[in-house]
Amino acid sequence: MASTGVLAILVAGVLVGPLLWPVPIDEIDFSARLATPSADHPFGTDDLGQDLLARMMYGGRISLAVGFAAMLVATVVGTVIGAIAGMSRRYLDPVLMWVTDLFLSLPQLPLLLLVIYLFRDELKAVFGVEGGVFIMIVVVIGGLRWMPVARLVRAQFLSLREKEFVEAVRAMGASRWRLVVRHILPNAIGPVIVAGTIEVSAAIIAESTLSFLGLGFPPDIPTWGRLLFDAKDHLDVAPHWALFPGAAIFLTVLSINFIGDGLRDAFDPRRVM
Amino acid sequence: MTTHPVLSVDKLSTAFRVERRWREVVRSVSFTIGPKETVALVGESGSGKSVTALSLMRLTPRDSSRITGSVILGGRDLLQLPDAAMRQVRGDEIAMIFQEPMTSLNPVLTIGFQIAEALILHRGMSRAEAEAETVRLLDKVRIPAATSRIHDYPHRFSGGMRQRVMIAMALACRPKLLIADEPTTALDVTIQAQILELIKLLQEEEGMSVLFITHDMGVVAEIADRTVVMYGGEAVETGTTADIFARPAHPYTRMLLSAVPRLGSMAGHPHPVPFPKIDRTTGLPAPPEEIPDTVARAERPVLEVQDLTTRFEIRGGLLGRARGRVHAVEKVSFDLRQGETLALVGESGCGKSTTGRSVMRLIEPLSGSVLLDGEDIMALGERELRERRRKMQMIFQDPFASLDPRMTVGAAIAEPLVINRLASRAEAREKTAELLRRVGLSPDMAGRFPHEFSGGQRQRICIARALAVRPRLIVADESVSALDVSVKAQVVNLMLELQAGMKLAYLFISHDMAVVERVSHRVAVMYLGEIVEIGPRAEIFGNPQHSYTRRLLEAVPVPDPARRREKHRLSNEELKSPIRPLDYVPPERLYREVSPGHMVQVSDSAPPLPVVAAA
Repeated sequence: MASTGVLAILVAGVLVGPLLWPVPIDEIDFSARLATPSADHPFGTDDLGQDLLARMMYGGRISLAVGFAAMLVATVVGTVIGAIAGMSRRYLDPVLMWVTDLFLSLPQLPLLLLVIYLFRDELKAVFGVEGGVFIMIVVVIGGLRWMPVARLVRAQFLSLREKEFVEAVRAMGASRWRLVVRHILPNAIGPVIVAGTIEVSAAIIAESTLSFLGLGFPPDIPTWGRLLFDAKDHLDVAPHWALFPGAAIFLTVLSINFIGDGLRDAFDPRRVM
Repeated sequence: MTTHPVLSVDKLSTAFRVERRWREVVRSVSFTIGPKETVALVGESGSGKSVTALSLMRLTPRDSSRITGSVILGGRDLLQLPDAAMRQVRGDEIAMIFQEPMTSLNPVLTIGFQIAEALILHRGMSRAEAEAETVRLLDKVRIPAATSRIHDYPHRFSGGMRQRVMIAMALACRPKLLIADEPTTALDVTIQAQILELIKLLQEEEGMSVLFITHDMGVVAEIADRTVVMYGGEAVETGTTADIFARPAHPYTRMLLSAVPRLGSMAGHPHPVPFPKIDRTTGLPAPPEEIPDTVARAERPVLEVQDLTTRFEIRGGLLGRARGRVHAVEKVSFDLRQGETLALVGESGCGKSTTGRSVMRLIEPLSGSVLLDGEDIMALGERELRERRRKMQMIFQDPFASLDPRMTVGAAIAEPLVINRLASRAEAREKTAELLRRVGLSPDMAGRFPHEFSGGQRQRICIARALAVRPRLIVADESVSALDVSVKAQVVNLMLELQAGMKLAYLFISHDMAVVERVSHRVAVMYLGEIVEIGPRAEIFGNPQHSYTRRLLEAVPVPDPARRREKHRLSNEELKSPIRPLDYVPPERLYREVSPGHMVQVSDSAPPLPVVAAA
């Protein structure tokens, strides 16, 4: 499982790294502007001479946290809605699917702008600047990305609930809750895990987009997306600036997707040993 | 056969690569097929019969399989041909029909187009010629009104008709050899009889040879000139069909033959009789053991069903309005005593499974009453119903599908105990071990997953699970239909033994008349959602009154080549559909009592038998 190793290194790097490389992220040094990687600055510096390794480790915490938290929100919301729709035989299913279609057809950017202008100040007041923006971004990304999971779960439920083993358990006198929790959900979970890992990647990328638009974290917080955004104007003279955060996003997304595939196989008792 | 054989297979071996090792699935199989001859390849699942057929056609996966030996067709060794030449052989000289007519046609193309395609491709016809030839072929396989049906899509055809289309397609290029891989297994008995007749007739007309692959000795007796018995990848016995049936040499052949349920073998036995135990080394059956009468006649029946009716609405159109109704179960009444087995028989779509599910309220019936131990199941609320389900359990057709693949079999068997809060964890474990022993498995198998078991073992697990809560009634929905004959016999015996030991009442739903004859005390014949005849087993089998009952019994293949039907009576009667318009009012049905307990529907709903020309 090389991908688990890669992800572990990335996570350990952003958690422990700042302790081992205690260079401040905002120390401006104009004498080392756009320096290429060297012993002083292993990942080089940006246009203000700030150390990129330190900035990446700091920003990575936020990017990864946003990714996982948003995935959790999207997967949980999607699974619950999909499960309810998949189990209902009357009106709830079409209604929930209309809601899903509605969310899918919403223009997301104007909606994001609206949400952020309406709630940014309240959240900042309660959770502080970074905490407020973090919660807002997680909720917005999670809340706008649950639809594919919901559809997937519903489709799985629709086919699984007609399976004979489900009927067999029903014939034994099992309650609906037990059917869903013990029998249908565990059998539906494989594809959901894969979808979930894709959500992590999508959330990391979405956060970059938001930062790019100035809707995410304040510009002085160097999330990986923000770093990429800042680097784009200097690609010709300082490609390393974009390459390192880009590679970090790429490796994270790739390894998470591989882990998702591995998890699905590991959860399947039928796999050939 | 003194003439030159059409196909001669010599020392054919096929190996598959599994986990970097080669495993031989077919070992040194040799046989020949003469002109106009039908050779049956018979064996149980895993015997390598299908792989043999696929190897002849070189249809096994190229990278992970290895075929050795020789397959001579028309003087050429097919195994040595280049790929392009082999593609010519397929379809041109050897055609194949498969088990599943429902999935072997492309649903988005008309059947005419699909047949014409083969004609244009292989015989270089123009579109107009191909169309004319298509009509001729459909006529040949006796599809009524062929001219008007060539533009229909596959979903407009029933299973039997689709199999006819598949045969027409196979005949398109006038093959020398037709390989039929279990072509009738998925079909109902009456339809199966039609298709077998059709294949025989076409073989005479076209002069082709047939390689017929089946697991059913009855079908072999009906159709084959010579038979190759396969077991564990080897051809254990080869001979003329009459010889093999009369003087089986190999123990496995003897075992296979003694395990085949034969219609009429129960005459003179008042109660169900277990299948004879067969000695594995000689293949000879032990004398049957009679079991005592298990029916509690004095007590109130366990199950009383009165006027049970279940209908489904078919919705369609933009607004999803009801367009018609399936009258799946129509005023069905019967009762079932402790220790008794009532068989519900009929063909697909007759409502027998729906009846079983309606009794358990897994499907909500429209009306009628179901009394279990005198208590009205229909009046129960959801919670009470869940509790009462303890008394009635169900065993399904496909044991693999009815076990949760993510649960160990121990957990699956303990589940009904846990659901009904009947046992603590430790008690449940102990009970599971006991149940596993009871159904003939070892208690330490509890930690394994369903996919690690064979089909027969899985069905035993399902039975153990159903028994866990000590039910009064077991609804067995085609519970032994999917099993191999020898396994089928064992599972049936287990069910009989459990009935005697636990005083179980069985509602035994099946289309297999021979098994029904063996296990049941009483039989109800269903046709289009109604019971057309019900009575004691001996009466139904010995003195069938309703025309549909007779037709059903006649269609059962007889595993005796000496009694092969001489007369070609080719009907293309289809199963009728129980779909009715919304305003349909089912007619009142009257029943006539033939003898005590033997009731026959008077207003005959089945079509009359096709007229038989005197021999």
